Parts: sequence; structure tokens; C-alpha cells
Amino acid sequence: MTTANQTAIAKYKNSFLKEVEANVEEGHWVRMCMQCGVCAGSCPLGNAWAHPPQELFMMIRAGKREEVLASDSMWMCTSCYNCIVRCPRKLPITHIMHGLANYAHRLGIAPKGQPTRETATLFWNNLIKKGRVNELTFSLALYFKDGFVQGIKNALNMQAVGLGLVKARRLNPMEILGGHGVKDQAGFKAMIEKARQIEDRKKGFAK
Amino acid sequence: MAKKEYAFYPGCSSQSKASASNYLTSVNAMCDKLDVTITEIPDWNCCGASIGYAEGGELPRLALSARNFALAETHLPGKEMVATCAACWLAQREVKERLDHSEVLLKETNEALAAAGLQYQGTTPVRHMVEVLIEDLGYDALKQPVVKPLEGIKFAGYVGCQTNRPFGIAGESFENPVYLDKLVETVGGEAVPYDQKVTCCGGALAFSEPEKSQKQIRDIVESAYDHGAEMIVTPCPLCQANVEIYQSEINKKQGTKFSMPVLYYSQLMTVAYGGSAKEAGLDGQLIKATKLEEIAKK
Repeated sequence: MTTANQTAIAKYKNSFLKEVEANVEEGHWVRMCMQCGVCAGSCPLGNAWAHPPQELFMMIRAGKREEVLASDSMWMCTSCYNCIVRCPRKLPITHIMHGLANYAHRLGIAPKGQPTRETATLFWNNLIKKGRVNELTFSLALYFKDGFVQGIKNALNMQAVGLGLVKARRLNPMEILGGHGVKDQAGFKAMIEKARQIEDRKKGFAK
Repeated sequence: MAKKEYAFYPGCSSQSKASASNYLTSVNAMCDKLDVTITEIPDWNCCGASIGYAEGGELPRLALSARNFALAETHLPGKEMVATCAACWLAQREVKERLDHSEVLLKETNEALAAAGLQYQGTTPVRHMVEVLIEDLGYDALKQPVVKPLEGIKFAGYVGCQTNRPFGIAGESFENPVYLDKLVETVGGEAVPYDQKVTCCGGALAFSEPEKSQKQIRDIVESAYDHGAEMIVTPCPLCQANVEIYQSEINKKQGTKFSMPVLYYSQLMTVAYGGSAKEAGLDGQLIKATKLEEIAKK
């Protein structure tokens, strides 16, 4: 079976830039970067990035496909938008980082076990289940993502905070039974399904 | 003053017994005092927030926000949408901008919406509640209902990221927005100079990268103390939750003694307008805002 990753490699051969322009959200902006590095200096988690945004942009142009897509750099984005407002060329850097992370994730070559990748996946799956986020089941899923024993440890660690929130009526133990959601479940799910279908067809993920 | 009406998008965190339920409580009380009517958009859904991108991709995310617009356009035609959550507002604005500038994305998004029997028309602007307050009402109108000025309380106005960037509030600078300080002063409080007002709290990475986020939060709280603030005030539900909730974690790990209440602007305004502590949602604070409760009791 050919994976989406192998198909993409065959299709774009040596032009990773073209691949990014075609398949990554806002990827058509990558060639506009002039390498000033203001984004790197503006990032609150700047020193956690193995390759700051301007470096990723240059690596894309240099065809370093594997190094870019397997990097955990873009997973450090907190969505603070500092880089966007300071970029002298007005690149939507935050969105390109999100787009790169999503593309690597969908190709299956993003780093395994990367905590933000896992958290983000749990979050999305939680919200599309009923159309609204269930904060209780999301927190529990996070605590227990590394197994039962670790889950109990995590839950005990955050016990005081959790009980405080319950007491302040900002966390509802009853949400375990379902919690908030949209009424038009069928329509909501059909819409998400359709959107996913179109995106998959466009970006080469269609099975 | 002419009565103002909006289509209201509260967002997941503002629902009953969710992490920002006290935000909603105080917004309702505040709007009541200001004669602003907010009608909830029927059957609204989550905006995808800032980490929806990884699994959600682009089009499913566009569809999420477009569905909210379509519902507002169908059920509350002619009304502007107002959001109280920074991420909700940002997502709606981003999606509107993209759909209004790309025929391809508009067509594809509407194809997805059609599966739910809906259509995005692009006729509804989206505003943040802060914009409604300072642009549609104005500081003078916000001052009029003040019956209990918050005299003697020093606030650090923590604006955070997503109400400030990339769109922000018109006329404000990204590096040093002043509207929150002005709101504090409008209700009689003192806004201290505060050098971490636009620092990121870590956002959703508070869950996945707790150490890195807690370093951010420590800076935000420490600077408030350094500048003599007694409370932090913010317009963002995730800023509020992160900066309040993790203080005890930071104390536990790093031996600090943080106990800085973190409030919403709407809670300050509700108290200043004569609302009770309950109406202001002060019972929802993990770190009690005692001085504010005392003013509310007077």
C-alpha cells in the first residue's frame, strides 16, 4: 500500500517548496520570507524551537523535506500571533506553522508522542463528537493518554485544582455523562465529514 | 441611550459549569446594567480554538466558524455577532476574512455547510465584547452607571494575545494597548504600569508543555506583584484560567507564594455598577478577590 507520504514524495519529486505551496495552509507565503528573524526573536517559546520559523522557511526552499516535517519546532507555537504582527513582510507565520504541523500530522511523519500533537488531536476529537468541547472528558483524556497508572498520578497531582474548579462551579463532574453539545448532531457531523472529504481530495489524503 | 442588540456567541468555556462560567455570569449582569441585549445564537458550535488545526486542518475549521455565521444570519438577521472569548472572536474573524477573500474557499465551505442545510452569506460582522463597550457605547457611557467606584484597588491590566493580535482593537498598539487600563480607570480603579500586559500565557500549551507555559505565567504574575498590583484583570477566558489556576502549581514546584486574583473586566464593571458578588461571578474565583467582594457588599 502506498502511503500519502510516498505519494507526495513521488508527485513533487525535488520541489518541497511546491508541495508546501500546494498543500500547506497559507503555504504560498513561504517564498516571501526575507530571513530577518524577527519571528524567532518575538516568539514566547523561542528557545524551545530547534528551527525557528525563518529557518523552517529557508529549509523548505532548500528542499529539506524530512527535516522540516519531522521537526517538533512548529508544535511549539502557542498561537500568540506576535510573529504575524511584527513580520515586516506580513507573512501569516502562525498559520503557516499550524499548516505545517497539520500537514506533517496528516502525512503521519510528525514526531510520535509529541505532547502538543497528542493534545491537539484529543481536543479536536472531543469537540467534533458533539459540536462543543467537553472540558471534563478532555481533561481526563489528557491525564490518561499515557496509560492508566500515569493517568491516576496526573489526576491526583491536579486533584486540588480540579476540586477547586468543581467547587467554584467551573468544572462539572456530570459532564462524564455527555455534557454540552449542538442539537443538530446529524447536520453538524455531515458538515464536518464533507469538509474533511473536500480537504482530503485537495491535499492528497483521499483514500 | 439607544438600546443595542447583538447576536451572542458565548463559546464553550462560557457554558454553564464550564471553566469561564463566571465570565458569562458577569457579562450578563454587565449588559443588563448597560441596557445591551445579547441573544444567544441558536445551536452555535465550538470555533476549533487555537489547537484545532492539528487534526482539524483548514476546511473543517472554516466550516465550524462559517456554521456559526450561517446560524446567526438565519436566526438573527441584521444583528452583528459579539463574542466574549478571545479565541472564538479571533476564529470567527479569521474565517470571515478568508471566506470573503477567496472564492474557492467560500465555495468549498458552502458545499460543506450545505450538508447541514446552511449557507454562509458573509453579511454578519463579528465583534469582541470589548469593542462593543468602547466603540459602540464609549467610555463616557460606561462611566455613567458607576455607583460603587473601585477606589483603592490596584489592577494589572493583562490583555494577553488573542484580543490584541493579529487584529486587536482599532486604534490600539500591539505592544502597549491601553483600553483595558482605561476601562479600569473608568470604573474607578487604579491601573498600575505593567510590563507583561501582552505576554503569552502559553495558551493551549499549558496542557501539553506545562513547564514552558508555567514559566510564562510566573512572569505575568510576578510582574503584577512587582508593580504593586493587587489583582490582574483580563478580557480572555484562557488567560484567566491559566494565570489563576496554575499559581498553586507554581507555588508547589517553585516555592513562590502567589495568590493574585485574576478577574474579567466584566466582573469589575458589574461590581462598580452596583451588582452583587454573585452577579459578578466572584464566587467562581479560585483565588478570592476579597477587596472586590467587600465593595460589592457595601
